[in-house]
Amino acid sequence: MSKIRIATTSLAGCFGCHMSFLDMDERLVGLLEYVEFDRSPLTDIKHCQPCDIGLVEGGLCNAENVHVLREFRQQCKILIAVGACAINGGVPAMRNHYTVQECLEEAYLHGVGVDNPLIPSDPELPLLLSKVHPLHEVVRVDYYLPGCPPSGDAFFAILSDLLAGKEPSLPKAMLHYD
Amino acid sequence: MQVEPLPSPARQQLADHLLHRLHDLQDRHHYIPPDTIAPLAAELGLPITQVESVIDFYSFFHRSPRGRFDILFSNCTSCGDLALMQQLCDLLEVQPGVTRADGMVSIDQTSCVGMCDQGAAALVNGRTLARLTAAQLPHLANLVNTATPLDAWPADWFAVQDNIRHAGLLLNDTLSSGDGLRAAVQAGADQLLAEIKQASLRGRGGAGFPTAMKWQFCRDATAPEHYVVCNADEGEPGTFKDRLLLTRYAQQVFEGMALCAYVIKAQHGFLYLRGEYHYLVPSLEATLDAMRAANLLGENILNQPGFDFDISLVLGAGAYICGEESALLESLEQKRGVPRVRPPFPVTHGYQGQPTVVDNVETLLAATHIALHGGQWFRDHGTEQSAGTKILSVSGDCATPGIYEFPFGITLQTLLAACGGQDAQAVQVGGPSGTLVSRAEFGRKLAFEDLATGGSVMIYGAQRDLLAVVRNFTHFFAHESCGFCTPCRVGTPLLRNYLDKIATGHGTAYDREEMARLGKLVKRRSHCGLGQTATNSLLDLLAKFPQVCADRLLHQDYEPFFNLDAALATTRELTHRDDAEAHLS
Repeated sequence: MSKIRIATTSLAGCFGCHMSFLDMDERLVGLLEYVEFDRSPLTDIKHCQPCDIGLVEGGLCNAENVHVLREFRQQCKILIAVGACAINGGVPAMRNHYTVQECLEEAYLHGVGVDNPLIPSDPELPLLLSKVHPLHEVVRVDYYLPGCPPSGDAFFAILSDLLAGKEPSLPKAMLHYD
Repeated sequence: MQVEPLPSPARQQLADHLLHRLHDLQDRHHYIPPDTIAPLAAELGLPITQVESVIDFYSFFHRSPRGRFDILFSNCTSCGDLALMQQLCDLLEVQPGVTRADGMVSIDQTSCVGMCDQGAAALVNGRTLARLTAAQLPHLANLVNTATPLDAWPADWFAVQDNIRHAGLLLNDTLSSGDGLRAAVQAGADQLLAEIKQASLRGRGGAGFPTAMKWQFCRDATAPEHYVVCNADEGEPGTFKDRLLLTRYAQQVFEGMALCAYVIKAQHGFLYLRGEYHYLVPSLEATLDAMRAANLLGENILNQPGFDFDISLVLGAGAYICGEESALLESLEQKRGVPRVRPPFPVTHGYQGQPTVVDNVETLLAATHIALHGGQWFRDHGTEQSAGTKILSVSGDCATPGIYEFPFGITLQTLLAACGGQDAQAVQVGGPSGTLVSRAEFGRKLAFEDLATGGSVMIYGAQRDLLAVVRNFTHFFAHESCGFCTPCRVGTPLLRNYLDKIATGHGTAYDREEMARLGKLVKRRSHCGLGQTATNSLLDLLAKFPQVCADRLLHQDYEPFFNLDAALATTRELTHRDDAEAHLS
C-alpha cells in the first residue's frame, strides 16, 4: 500500500505550529510507517506534488502567501488550517487595526533607528495585502486544528483519525486552553 | 426594615442616574468630553472604568463630537429608508457617520426607532421625526444649515400618530383613574393574585411566563426590598405597541406596577424606557405627578396604611439587549447591559440583588383591567394556553399599518385580511428574533402554542427581496450583540459577512452550507436570548425559501471573501510597482 503523502507549510505564522508538530516525538516514528512528506520545511521540497493532506500554518499577509496556499489547495485532497493564525489571522492580524500604509511607514520611514528611510520596492519582495486574512477567506478549508499552537497530541489525534478513514473529532480536553 | 426614601412628588427631573447624566453631557457637548468622566464617576461614587464602559456600550453616547444636529435614520425594514439618508447626506454634503467639518451636522444609521407604522423615521438630537419623505429633505437641510432650533421646526414633523386600527378587550375598555387599584385594595392582595392566576395572564414580551407565578415567586422571596420594573425597552424591530400604550394608557400601566407592588410588597418601581422614546418623558412624568396627587402613588396609597410605592423613569441609550430582563437590570444598576447568568432569576435576585418582578408594559396594563373585572373576564378570551388578547404592531407592506388588538388564536390570514396585507409573500412574526412565515403557513395561529410574538408583525409583499430582509436582520444582530459570549459576538458578524457575500453575487453553495452550520451553532451555544434567536430568520429563509438564496449563488466550488488584487492596490502604489508579481488574479 502506498503511503499517505502530507505537505506542510507556514505562511504568516511563527513556525510554532511546526515545532508543536514535532512534539509528537516518538509517535512520529510510528507515523512514518504510514505517511511520507512532500513539500515541507522538514524536506525542503519547494513545490507540492499531488498529496493527500495539506497542513497550513499561519494566515495570509502577502501575495506569496496566496500563491502558496493556492498551490496547497490545488494539490492536497484534504486541507487543514492549523493554529490560531491560519484560522483567525492571529498575532499578524493585529496590524489590521492600522492601514497597511501606516504599517509600512512605521517600519521603513518613521520607526526608531531607521537609516535611509525608504519603503522597499524590490520585485523579489512579495507585496503586502491590505489586511491579514485567515485561510478560509481565500480557499475552501476542509478542517480546522485550533490552538496556539495545537498540541502534539492534537496533531496526532487529527492525523490518526484521518489515517483511520474517520471524520476528525478532537476530544474536548484538546480544545480547552485555560 | 430600611425604607427607601420616596422621591419628592414635585420632582420633574429624571432620577440621578449615570445614563441620565451621560445623556445630559451628550446633549450639551455633542459627545462625552474625556475630562468630564473622572468628576462624574467621583460624584456618582462609581469606578471610572464603569463609566467608561457604559459610554462605550450604549449607541447614543459618543467619544468624538457629533454634529449640533445629530440625525439618525432608522434602518429597520419597516420604518427605515436609507435612500433618504443618502439624499440628506448629499444635500448637507456630509458622509454617513462623519461629522461635518463645521460641526453643524452628523448623519448615521440607528436600529428601529419604533415608528414602523409611520416611516420613514429618524431621530434628530433624540427627537423623533416620523413620516419622512424625500420632498421635505431640502427644507430639513435648510433648517440644519441655518441652525434653526428644533422647537422652530414644523411641529407636525415630530407628531406621532396612534393608528389604532382594531381595538379589543383592553383598548376598548374605559377605565377611570384608580379603578384597578381601588378594586384591588378592597379585595386584598391575596385575592388580586388569585384573579391574575385565574386570568391565566402570561408575559406579553414574547416569552409568555405566567405572570401570577412570577409575582408569587417574588412575593415569597424574603429580602429587605422588593422591586417592580416595567420593561419599556421596546427594541424589537417592528414593535411599537408599548409606545402607543405609554402615550394613551400610561396611567393604567403605572397602576399595573402599583398592583404588582401591592402583591409583592415593593416600595419602589422603575419604568425603563428606551432612549428612542425620550419624547414621552414629559407626559409620563405628568401622569406620575397626577397619580401622586390622587394618592395612587406615594405613601399610604388609597389610605392603606403601609402601602407605599413610587415609580422612577430610567431612560435607556440605544441598546437592544437591554430589553432582555437581566441586561435591563444591569442597565438600571448603571452598568453595561450584559445579560446575567440565570439562575438565580430576577424574582429572587434582581435589581440590587433584591427580588424583582420585570414585566412587559402590556402585561401590567392587562393586570389593571383584570384587577377591576376579575380573572374570568380575561380568561374568557383567547385560547386554552393563551388567555386574553394580544396587542399587535402591524407594519410593512399592507394597506393600514398600525395597532391591532385581537384575541389570541386568530390566524395570520385573519390579521392580514384586517390590515389589507393579503398579498404578502411572507410575514415576520415576533420581529427579527421570531419566525419567518411563508404563504403556505398563513393559517397558523398567533398564540404562545403556535406563533409566539411580543407584538411585532412585519409584512413583506411580493416585490420584497427576502434576502435583503434577512440580511438587514443579521446586520441588526451583529450590531446589537453585547459582546459577552463568543458564539454571538463572533458568529453574528460572520453570518453578516456570508449574507453580504451572497447578496453581492460572490456566494457559493459552500458559503450557504457554512452559514447554515454556523447559524445552528450560534443558536445552540449563545449565552442569552439574543444569540439564541438571532439566526431564526436566516434558518427559516434557508428552509422555507431555498430559492431566494439559490438564485444568487455562483456555480463554482468556492469564491474568496474579498477582491485579492484590490487588496494589493495600496502596496502597489506605495512601492510604485506594477509587475506581474504585484498582481493577484
